[in-house]
Amino acid sequence: MAKTYDSGVKDYRETYWEPNYTPKETDILACFKITPQAGIPREEIAAAVAAESSTGTWTTVWTDLLTDLDYYKGRAYHIEDVPGDDTCFYAFIAYPIDLFEEGSVVNVMTSLVGNVFGFKALRALRLEDIRFPIAYVMTCNGPPQGITLERDILNKYGRPMLGCTIKPKLGLSAKNYGRACYEGLRGGLDFTQDDENVNSQPFMRWRARFDFVMEAIHKAEAETGERKGHYLNVTAPTADEMMKRAEYAKEIGAPIIMHDYITGGWAANTQLAQWCQDNGLLLHIHRAMHAVLDRDPHHGIHFRVLTKILRLSGGDHLHSGTVVGKLEGDRNATLGWIDLMRESYIKEDRSRGIFFDQDWGAMPGVFPVASGGIHVWHMPALVNIFGDDSVLQFGGGTLGHPWGNAAGAAANRVAVEACVQARNEGRELEKEGKDILTAAAKHSPELGAAMETWKEIKFEFDTVDKLDVAHK
Amino acid sequence: MSDVQDYASSLGDTSSRKFETFSYLPPMTPEQIRKQVEYLVSKGWNPAVEHTEPENASSNFWYMWKLPLFGETDVDVILAEVEACHKAHPENHLRLIGYDNYAQSQGANMVIYRGKTV
Repeated sequence: MAKTYDSGVKDYRETYWEPNYTPKETDILACFKITPQAGIPREEIAAAVAAESSTGTWTTVWTDLLTDLDYYKGRAYHIEDVPGDDTCFYAFIAYPIDLFEEGSVVNVMTSLVGNVFGFKALRALRLEDIRFPIAYVMTCNGPPQGITLERDILNKYGRPMLGCTIKPKLGLSAKNYGRACYEGLRGGLDFTQDDENVNSQPFMRWRARFDFVMEAIHKAEAETGERKGHYLNVTAPTADEMMKRAEYAKEIGAPIIMHDYITGGWAANTQLAQWCQDNGLLLHIHRAMHAVLDRDPHHGIHFRVLTKILRLSGGDHLHSGTVVGKLEGDRNATLGWIDLMRESYIKEDRSRGIFFDQDWGAMPGVFPVASGGIHVWHMPALVNIFGDDSVLQFGGGTLGHPWGNAAGAAANRVAVEACVQARNEGRELEKEGKDILTAAAKHSPELGAAMETWKEIKFEFDTVDKLDVAHK
Repeated sequence: MSDVQDYASSLGDTSSRKFETFSYLPPMTPEQIRKQVEYLVSKGWNPAVEHTEPENASSNFWYMWKLPLFGETDVDVILAEVEACHKAHPENHLRLIGYDNYAQSQGANMVIYRGKTV
């Protein structure tokens, strides 16, 4: 029997709360952490979030009856306590796949983190995790080349790769900048990197930078006999300008370019990633602005969601945090999202903050990039935490070496190889790190000098965004 | 500045050429090499031996020595193939690979003998 039109305001839960709903294999699932205003029942507020992030609005409208709302609506199907925090709760919401345009993380996120985040009935809202069904994953282009192909292109096997972000971040001329890259690469790094805010400023326009850096790569390759790259940052004010810079990078034979996927925007990122796949370039992704979204434990978007967005939108490297360096990052949570970058199937694991099984099918993996305040003394822990499929980046930890970048690079290269050798021999890196590095330094004065320089520097502040675990 | 050490590396000095993983460490002793082979075997990877003339080292495709030793887990057998290849091509670079067929990649790749670098 057809429904009748009954105008007015109804409780959201009458339509959008379905505790008996069994999610479909094809549904997009989301877990929100909801901090409600006082006095609103959990079911009602969860239903409101489901409604406002899918088909609903605040009042009944007659046009609801022109469609099959039960087919299209999002549903809150489960609520759960947050361990150790009574101010908020988890709400699980299922969205039918047909609500979303294929291959568009822009569209998915416009719904899921759209108007609903400003909803007055909420004090705060955080998107903790999304399950993308394989049916949706298959509509996305994903990483341009992926871990396996990048290793083959660059001939790097059996160890983490090494990089260095050139400092000072801003103000170097193109030729001096190219010099800094060359020194790092000839000393044993695999990559150097434009910092995120190096785009095309008056002190160093992009084209001059690209030309000088390519000469640095070519010379370092000839000198060492190894393959090298520099992440040429093509992040630009417009997508057209971004593509112009990418085209030039290709023309001069650059193996890898770079984009800031949050400030640059997901549409631009997806476009660039597809172009990289078509043109055989690797794509390094920086995450400037992520901490604005992901650091507050009660409001925003968790980084594991931003990780999934990037893998779908496309990138071959993604900054992941270091656990041990100067920037925020809980160890278990970091292990969770680096799994989400690299593995093809990740099981739900609350101890790592993973709320859903995630099946990536054949979508290639992304290299996690550990960067920010790390130096040779961190190497044993980094190799242990990140394993071989990673890029370890030492900016200050290369350039700050008392003998310069080449020596700083060599120190890091010797350290990483010594750690890999020791790990393969069955030694415990985090316990025996000091012995391993000290022994390696006997054959490497560069490593010895680095160990002397950075002996005392630690970053031991507590993490702000911790995993939710009971502490009562 | 007198404390600063120069980084000795140049186009003209062929000893500046490196060979990827482990090439920044001193050459491994036979015992150390054995341990790396044991690791490769413990990971379930398939060992393979490849070699090349030094002047062609930049190619992706070095010459395969026979075929990869699929399923071989005896470290002595693997090391014997390394030696046999080296004996047949004493002037060439020689590397040992661990093919990881699940990752469709190489889990290990280390140059064990170096010819005269160019």
